[in-house]
Amino acid sequence: MTDTTVKKRKKWSVFDIVAFVVLGLLALVTFFPFYNVLIISVAKFEAISKSDFYIFPLSFDLSAYKLLLQDMKFWTSILNSVIVTAVGVLFSMTISVAGAYALSKRGMPGRNIMLSLILFTMFFNGGLIPFYLVVKDLGFVNNILVMIIPAGLNTFYLIIMKNYFNTIPESLEESAKLDGANDLYILYKIIIPISAPFMATFALFYAVERWNEWWYALIFISDASKAPLQIYLRETLITSNSLLSQMAQTMAEQEQTGKVYTPALQMAAIVVSSIPIIVVYPFLQKHFNKGIMVGSIKG
Amino acid sequence: MADSVTARTPKRSLKTRAPKQSLGKRILQYKYFYLMVLPVLIWYALFSYAPMYGVTLAFKSFDYSKGILGSPWIGLENFQTLLTDPDFRRAFWNTVIISLMKLITHFPMPIILAIVLYEFSRTKMKRFFQTILTFPHFISWVVLSGIIINILSKDGIYNQIIMLFGGDPNSPLVDESAFRPVLYITHVWREIGWDSIIYLAALAGINPELFEAAEVDGANRFRRLLNIAWPGLKSTVAVLLILQVGQLLTQGSSFEQIFNLYSSPVYSVADTIDTYIYRTSFTIGGDFGYMTAVGVVKSIISLILLWAANSFAKKMGEEGLY
Repeated sequence: MTDTTVKKRKKWSVFDIVAFVVLGLLALVTFFPFYNVLIISVAKFEAISKSDFYIFPLSFDLSAYKLLLQDMKFWTSILNSVIVTAVGVLFSMTISVAGAYALSKRGMPGRNIMLSLILFTMFFNGGLIPFYLVVKDLGFVNNILVMIIPAGLNTFYLIIMKNYFNTIPESLEESAKLDGANDLYILYKIIIPISAPFMATFALFYAVERWNEWWYALIFISDASKAPLQIYLRETLITSNSLLSQMAQTMAEQEQTGKVYTPALQMAAIVVSSIPIIVVYPFLQKHFNKGIMVGSIKG
Repeated sequence: MADSVTARTPKRSLKTRAPKQSLGKRILQYKYFYLMVLPVLIWYALFSYAPMYGVTLAFKSFDYSKGILGSPWIGLENFQTLLTDPDFRRAFWNTVIISLMKLITHFPMPIILAIVLYEFSRTKMKRFFQTILTFPHFISWVVLSGIIINILSKDGIYNQIIMLFGGDPNSPLVDESAFRPVLYITHVWREIGWDSIIYLAALAGINPELFEAAEVDGANRFRRLLNIAWPGLKSTVAVLLILQVGQLLTQGSSFEQIFNLYSSPVYSVADTIDTYIYRTSFTIGGDFGYMTAVGVVKSIISLILLWAANSFAKKMGEEGLY
């Protein structure tokens, strides 16, 4: 907290030691499954089949990755997810930034009604079937846009952004107004640039959401060529009926040695698909504490 | 409802507050803001409010060729069927139990974590722990389920540990008595770090001088926690509790988590209203009118819960949501 002590190093109190142990264990439990994924993804079939306790990697073999990267369906799904993420973030940010900024204007007539209507949707909805029918009637079935538009607004983010805009001093806008700028221009030229780090955090939140998108695809997309990465992963990891896992399995059963082990293939798919998240995570982490703080419910 | 989540704005200038402006003039003055908010309003109209109108389907016998509007009314027939449908009853009770148990097992955890992190004096290590604990939140349930299934599988690490201690290998994912605890534990695993952020933010908002003064007065760590940290946290806890209770049936019985982890051997303890609606409507081909009625019952219970939690918070002297 307030480290203004003259002492060179603060001593470890009893509490610190206990906290360290508790947090350390918790971190280990959180981290271990991901580490497990990594070592299985590079495991050789024979190393695993011995059913040894594998805390340390017993073998190193990249054939699971090779097999994965040869799968055309994998690349199609990656491409779909990249499109959904890129276009989706642009769409989501455009409408939520503009909307949140407008909703932060207390004097705007009708603002409270709009806010109430928006908040109400957090607690009541029509349910899956009416939603499905409406979205279907709008022409989103087997349309990649279903993961961009109907999925594209997060009420929680919208509210946090609105609260954030409320903290920007109004004098900033007023001086621009005196120079003859209109509100759209002010948002674009002044508000967005000064809130760049905050905006970046939410763009990344939306990016992670779009990258992880599968629910809309599950319900609205049956055409395999339009399926996103998460659907591909679901097939490979959970329903295990993808051609790829079957291939790996038969190969393993036939030859027993030196071939790809199905879990290795599954874990390799997890590793490759998580790379973008691991890459953006440090940026996310740097900002989200602050982002939540300015926008948290207490304002 | 709107005002409690609205942050205080800096003092408004006299110009925008000029008392004599007519409503028409004010609307004109805000014309660009209406333009900005329009896409958001259209989005909510299409994807939230139009489906709400579709709720009328619960009182109709759905005919695919006629759509929502053209299908014939049948009154309360769908709701009467509900009462005698064993699958619905099972899904209903599973939803209630799983949601409540998740609330009980998860809700206090991020608060405790936030307090421990706050009191932990090693700044750099604190950041390190937070980084690790928040990470799973950003990984989809599809991927996490893949990992969990692998860990709990026949030759996964879970069974290796069991066998190391001489136990019999088993898979909790197909075991009726173990499936729900898997849901609770993995939920805490994924969300504890992320959910603690908001409490850390609330704790950071407490004036540090209060802590120093208490320390000078001889208050020990526990007393400082009880008399300074807790009062500072209380309102955040109350608001989040209300929010979570309000969304209990929707988020508590998280479709994504259960749908990716469950299988037919554990349907009896894991099939919730959401998974029931999805499975029946899209894989078995259930009656859309009836399935809408199932959804309506869920929404109404959610609203009642929200109202109850809010009134309770107000009775306890907290602000409440509305």
